[in-house]
Formats: sequence, structure tokens, C-alpha cells
Amino acid sequence: MRNLACNVAGIPFNNPIVMASGTFGFGQEYAKLYDINKLGGISCKGLTLHPRKGNPGARVWETAGGMLNSVGLENPGIDAFLEDEMKFWETIEPVKIANLGGSNIEEYVLGALKITKDAEERRKQNQRAVDMIELNISCPNVKEGGMAFGVKTAVAREVIREVRQVTSLPLAVKLSPNAENIVDMAVMCEGEGAECVSLINTFSGMKIDIYQRRSVFHNMYAGLSGPSIKPIALRMVHQVAQQVTIPVMGMGGIASASDVIEFIMAGAEVVQVGTYNFMNLRAGEELLAGIRSFMELENIQSLDEIRGIIQ
Amino acid sequence: MYTILSNERISEGIYLMTVEGQFQARMGQFYMLRAWNQAPVLSRPISICNMEKDCIQFLYKIAGEGTRLFALLRAGDSIQLEGPFGNGFPDVQGRTALVGGGIGIAPLLYTAKQLDNPDIYLGFRGQSYMTEAYEPYANELIVRVNGNLLYDLDMKKYDNVLVCGPLGMMKAAALMAEGLDTKVYVSFEKRMACGIGACYVCSVMNKNGNRKVCADGPVFLAEEVEWHAELSL
Repeated sequence: MRNLACNVAGIPFNNPIVMASGTFGFGQEYAKLYDINKLGGISCKGLTLHPRKGNPGARVWETAGGMLNSVGLENPGIDAFLEDEMKFWETIEPVKIANLGGSNIEEYVLGALKITKDAEERRKQNQRAVDMIELNISCPNVKEGGMAFGVKTAVAREVIREVRQVTSLPLAVKLSPNAENIVDMAVMCEGEGAECVSLINTFSGMKIDIYQRRSVFHNMYAGLSGPSIKPIALRMVHQVAQQVTIPVMGMGGIASASDVIEFIMAGAEVVQVGTYNFMNLRAGEELLAGIRSFMELENIQSLDEIRGIIQ
Repeated sequence: MYTILSNERISEGIYLMTVEGQFQARMGQFYMLRAWNQAPVLSRPISICNMEKDCIQFLYKIAGEGTRLFALLRAGDSIQLEGPFGNGFPDVQGRTALVGGGIGIAPLLYTAKQLDNPDIYLGFRGQSYMTEAYEPYANELIVRVNGNLLYDLDMKKYDNVLVCGPLGMMKAAALMAEGLDTKVYVSFEKRMACGIGACYVCSVMNKNGNRKVCADGPVFLAEEVEWHAELSL
């Protein structure tokens, strides 16, 4: 039996496959297709303090080797998440990551407080609860907040510092490739006490309808994901992993088991899988099988043997 | 993986694909189809046109890269199918009309087979296709080419009207039914990513908030749709 176990901030993951925020909902839909208890973790649909309707108009556009999305953080809000979605999350095993967005610092802080309080109460009653907060300072699809916090290190520092003070949960910060300097950003996160950085979120991109003579997106720009961004994501994960001591969740265009291995060799502790869930609705199952067969083939007992070997 | 039994061009840019296998699905549901590995990235949502004991049929129009690739497939080739997804048409009672515009006729064949001899209205631009397949299941079959199909439809004759076609046609049907007891159900098409309700990219605005075309739809009660929001975008 090969050992796929990973660990982020003292939280054990059965394996390195974590489903990325916004592509997996809360997991219920995929649970009808395969056993999602096999997954290492799930980062839920991005949550905000208040419910959000998301963006009007086109929300998706396929690109060469990828896709643009402009969902705009449509979500039921944290109260509804804790009330409704947690009922399902209580029943599943993967590490539960609450992805938290906000339009201003107060929203991030109040959101983190609610999630933390709920998790503490559930733990007291020996129930499964949110294991970790992933702070989304990198969503390119909301006019205010989101990526606005993820571009400049000084601005991001304020959010992270405030949230760090109000949560006992391990804190991951999801970084934007649109940051002025993603390595500085990651180093700052570690300095502010974040237990993990996850990267990368989508690239800000664009699609023009040349007949209508306008952007296909109401918000003009949208977030690019998918296999086409993988080489850049991998480079960024590698650069960041060289400069921080906290674990890195690597993501960006993963679409095969060999992609997962590349991210781990670049230094990621675990990986997140996003767009590939759309390409293959049973992505989790297939990636795990592929990782195991690679480990057999290369006679690797534990992922620690290959993690970060590219220096 | 399933095997394609045939994939015929039946009109300009219109193809009928028959896939071998035993399927169980409701009228008006769809499958996510994929006949490639990594590119294009997304699978394509295609509604069920017809099902027989040992096969399923998809009627599709070449509208982009994915459907262009579908059209190149030959008998014996493989295709991936995930589904069925979506709510499908409701089990309507009473006098029923099915109204299809262009490729929107696709989900209405299997639907017609499940209902008790509905009246079927099919409208086309340029030339009609497939209409003979609908005939055996129609009480009355009305086909119109290059005109407004809705002129032929007397809403108040029906308890239910099931429509699939261009947005403008579906909205017009919704307006025609205002003030009548006729229930109009419309089947939407939107660009999708997951197809199962997880990614929120195929939202349609409804009087009660956002609805996902893939999971809450594709069929909606026309009176609940915020048509101005859909058509102004």
C-alpha cells in the first residue's frame, strides 16, 4: 500500500487531492457520481458574509485549453452555509475547507468569526466541522474586494492580520497570479501567521464578441483557468515553495495524475483540482488511481520522497 | 465509453447521432457529451432526442468547436456520456402542445412519445428536417418554414404548452399565455461547465432568484422566468 498521506497545519489529509473552490460546490452533486470520501479535501464554493446573486450575463466562455468564468461569488451566505450545507459536510470525511471572500475587511472578519464559532461548537459536540479557512483575496470577478485585496501586499496584509486575530482555525490564504509579486505576498502571509498558502487563483482575462463589439462579460474581465495556465501556475508554486516554510496547496490547470506529481515535485504539500472537475466529473477517483500507479511504477512509498525535489 | 452506431448529417449543419446502450432518462433531460481528451476543455450538454431499447439519439447543430468535432465522428467511434441530468419536462395532463424552433425540436421527439398524442408545432429557417419522425406521435403536426410558428398556435386550446427554441420565441409564447389558464414550460439552453449544479455558470434569472439551467432546469415554468433579464444581455 502506497502512502499518499499529507499534512497541512497539523490537519491530516488522506491524500493530496483537494477539490478547488467554485468547481465542486459543497460536494453533493459529485457525491452522486463517485465516492467523494476518497478525496483528501474539499474547498467549498466561495462564501461571503451575506448571500450574493453573482454576476448577470454570460458567466463562462471556453478558451484554447481553458475557460473564462465570471460567476461573481454567487453563494448562499455564511449563515445558510452553516445551517444547510454543513448538514451534508457533517456526513463526509475529506478535510473541510471553508473558502471565505469579502468586499471589505469587516466582512472577512465577521465571516471568519461565524465560521470559527460554529466549528468550535461542533467540535465540542464531537461533530465534524470546518477544518480550515481559505481566505480568498484573489477572486477577479467581483468589483469590490476579492482580488482588490490580493494585488498589493500591503493591502492583503491588513486583511490577513485582522482575520488571523479572530480565528483559531488554521488559515490558508489563496493567492492571485495577478498579485504584483506573488512570492512577496506568500512570504508576507507566513509572516502574518497564515498556516498555508494556496495558489494560484485564476488569471484575469478577457473575451470580445467582435460582432457585438463588446466584452462577452458584463464585468468586462473574467478569470482564466484550465490546462493552459498550468505551466505558469507550476512556476509560481515552485517559486513560492522555495521561499516559505509553511505548506503550499498548489493548483492551476491540473488535468492528470502526472500534473499532480509535477506540483508535488515543485514543492506543493497538497494540490487543488478545479477546472478538471468539469472535464471529468469523476476527476478525483481517476487522479488518485493515476497517482497510485505512478508510485508503483517508480517504486515510491510516500509522497515525501518526491515532494519539493526540484530545487 | 459508449459506441456510436451512426452519426448522420440530416440537414445543413444538423446531425443525428445514435449511441448504443440501454439508458433510462426522463423526457427533456440531457447528457454531457465528450469525444475528446483535453481540448475542448468542456463537455457539451445535448438533450435527449430519442431513446429506444438499445440506443439513445442526439440531434445537434454545429454551433462551435465541440459540435464540429461531434460531426466528424463515425459509426464505431467512442463517446463519453454522463447523465442524464436536469429536471426534464413535467408529466403534464390534459390537452398539450409541443412547440419547437430550429434545433429546439430536439428534446420534443422523446417527449412526444411519452405524452398522449400532443399537437406538435415545428418551425424552421431555411429548410425543415426530421419532421417525419414526429408525425406518428402527433395528434396534429404543424410545420412552418421561414415564418412565425406562434401565429399557428392558439394558446387557449391547450392546458400545457412545452416550448424549446430561440429565447425570443420562448418569451413570446410566455407572453401569449398571460391571462390564460395555459401553463407554458420552456426548455433553456446555456453554456455549461459541470452540468450537474456545482459551478453556477449557467444561471437563469427567475422571479424567485437565480436558477441553474443544468440542475434546476433546463425546463422552467415560463411565468417564473425574468425574461427582460435574459433578453437584455
